[in-house]
Amino acid sequence: MKTLYATLGVFLALFAAASVAYPGFFSLRVALNLFTDNAFLGVAAIGLTFVILSGGIDLSIGAMIGCSGILCATLLEKLHWSAVPAVLAVLTFGFCIGAMHGALIAVFRLPPFLVTLAGLFVCRGIALSISREALQVSDPTFTRISEMSVRLGKLGTVTAPAAVFVFAVGIAAYVLKYSSFGRRVYALGGSENSSSLMGLTVTRTKFWIYVLSGVCSAVGGLVFLLYTASGNAVAGTGLELDAIAAVVIGGATLTGGYGSAVGTMLGVLTLGTIQTIITFDGRLSSWWTKIFVGSLFLAFVLARRIIHKEPEKSFSP
Amino acid sequence: MKREIPAIVWPLAALAALCVFNLAANPGFFHVTVMNGHLFGSLVDILNRAAPVLLLSCGMTLVIATGGIDLSVGAVMAVCGAVAACLIARPAGSPLAVFDIHGSALLACGAAVGVGMVLGLFNGLLVAKANVQPIVATLILMVAGRGIAQLLTSGQIVIFDHPQFNSIGAGFSLGLPNPIWIASISFLLAFVLVRATPFGVLVSACGDNPVAARYCGIDIVRIRTIVYVLSGLLAACAGIIATSDIKAADANNVGQYLELDAILAVAIGGGSLTGGRFSLFGSFVGAVLMQSLTTTLLARGTPPEVTLILKAVVVICVCILQSGALSVRLQKRDRQAAG
Repeated sequence: MKTLYATLGVFLALFAAASVAYPGFFSLRVALNLFTDNAFLGVAAIGLTFVILSGGIDLSIGAMIGCSGILCATLLEKLHWSAVPAVLAVLTFGFCIGAMHGALIAVFRLPPFLVTLAGLFVCRGIALSISREALQVSDPTFTRISEMSVRLGKLGTVTAPAAVFVFAVGIAAYVLKYSSFGRRVYALGGSENSSSLMGLTVTRTKFWIYVLSGVCSAVGGLVFLLYTASGNAVAGTGLELDAIAAVVIGGATLTGGYGSAVGTMLGVLTLGTIQTIITFDGRLSSWWTKIFVGSLFLAFVLARRIIHKEPEKSFSP
Repeated sequence: MKREIPAIVWPLAALAALCVFNLAANPGFFHVTVMNGHLFGSLVDILNRAAPVLLLSCGMTLVIATGGIDLSVGAVMAVCGAVAACLIARPAGSPLAVFDIHGSALLACGAAVGVGMVLGLFNGLLVAKANVQPIVATLILMVAGRGIAQLLTSGQIVIFDHPQFNSIGAGFSLGLPNPIWIASISFLLAFVLVRATPFGVLVSACGDNPVAARYCGIDIVRIRTIVYVLSGLLAACAGIIATSDIKAADANNVGQYLELDAILAVAIGGGSLTGGRFSLFGSFVGAVLMQSLTTTLLARGTPPEVTLILKAVVVICVCILQSGALSVRLQKRDRQAAG
């Protein structure tokens, strides 16, 4: 809980500092755009939160986003599927990739890191095999959804991607807190051995965690498609790092057991604020984003080290 | 108890199968010709292209053996390549343009290697002193490193033409391409380091059981720091080779995904990803296997995207065979029978 306040504090401080420094920054529009612009990252990071809470890692997220985006665009534009079956097909694809990760990790006990790395290669490979060129989406249903929005007077609009993001955070927060699956995820991250001795279904839980992450990144890809209205096989390169950074800034530890969905959302918004500040400033080049994100990441990790000392656990990788 | 098959057998078998396949498909595969006193042929080409991954996987083997991981090697390659290129070309807008090294390739390489070691030291101190998980600690530099490289090159691709520096990546010595020499000598030195000195045992001890290692009086902080510095040093060498090979520093793309190749090479080579057990020879075979697979597929006209998928499939297959998934399942059945 303490780390959640720390994340909230950093986010608010960044936002406040930017509001003072740049005129026009402090507005509902900028705040709502944070949700819209980072929705795809946010949804994928929510799936990753479950994985990281359980003590695993999923490196295939960026590749999944690129792959599901181009897959959906191709189904809609080249094969002329209608929107609903295309979306269902993409979700099934995410499910299958996630199930493959889950099976290899939970049943064959391969390291999550290695399996999802292979998944990254597979997804990028599939995406590039589908189409090397970016594909614009002009399907009427899809366009209608992407233009759907709720205007909040003159202050700003809530767009479909933003709604999906908030919805995902809500569901994830509920599942993590009140469902038996969510509690098992925390237990697994706390100690796999203890969970197993308690009689929890470790293998099954692990499997479904990776399936969930696969589906979430597929949804992230769809949101990205809504947001940019075009599928691109190389979209989301390096996004897995942003997602991991968001989850860690949101208060999770990579050894598992600590973290929350709301924290992840705040982490994503913090990264989004940095991006927005750099856009607002106009003088800073885009690479400063990476350097800032890296520094913030470092600050968080070191601060956590100073606050909680975990000498026993820190020995394991 | 059945005697276990050594882990190194599987990658070697895969490599042999690949060679046989290549020989069947292309009888000239093992053909090595001498032109202008230089050796040419598919085998030389594979080793030459494998050089950066070989260097990275050498450092990665030691890092993984201490129970760590170094995700930042690709980014360190980009930074070091950018340092060397900017010192030589001195492009306008680069913060490094103020330094005049009078076009000395030696100084440029020295500076790049120095920067690589400093970045490695940063990782090492975070992991060993501050007790940050290795994945997190090196992720910081993986994210920030590319930004730093772009900062150094001011976002441009720095092009240069410097005969002495070009020859590092594209030149020949004693008939063989220079990258092969650099990679093999590094591997040899690393091999001597882990076999002829206690360093190898200390590294294994750190990875196997750090608590026990500390009670034995091993300075695990120092050992852990050293392996990350070594990894940074080798990544710097790989960055110099990659940069001088294409005569340009491309901060965005140099070494992209190469950290993954290096980790996969270690995993294929039988190194335990949780630390303790490691084999430099295994990693060598793993890296060569990865590159042979890539070259074979490309030579047969397979699109690069399919190569990515096949690489992943091969890695997973080798790992399933090595992990003894079958024996795990058998054990499970035994446990159920007993319980």
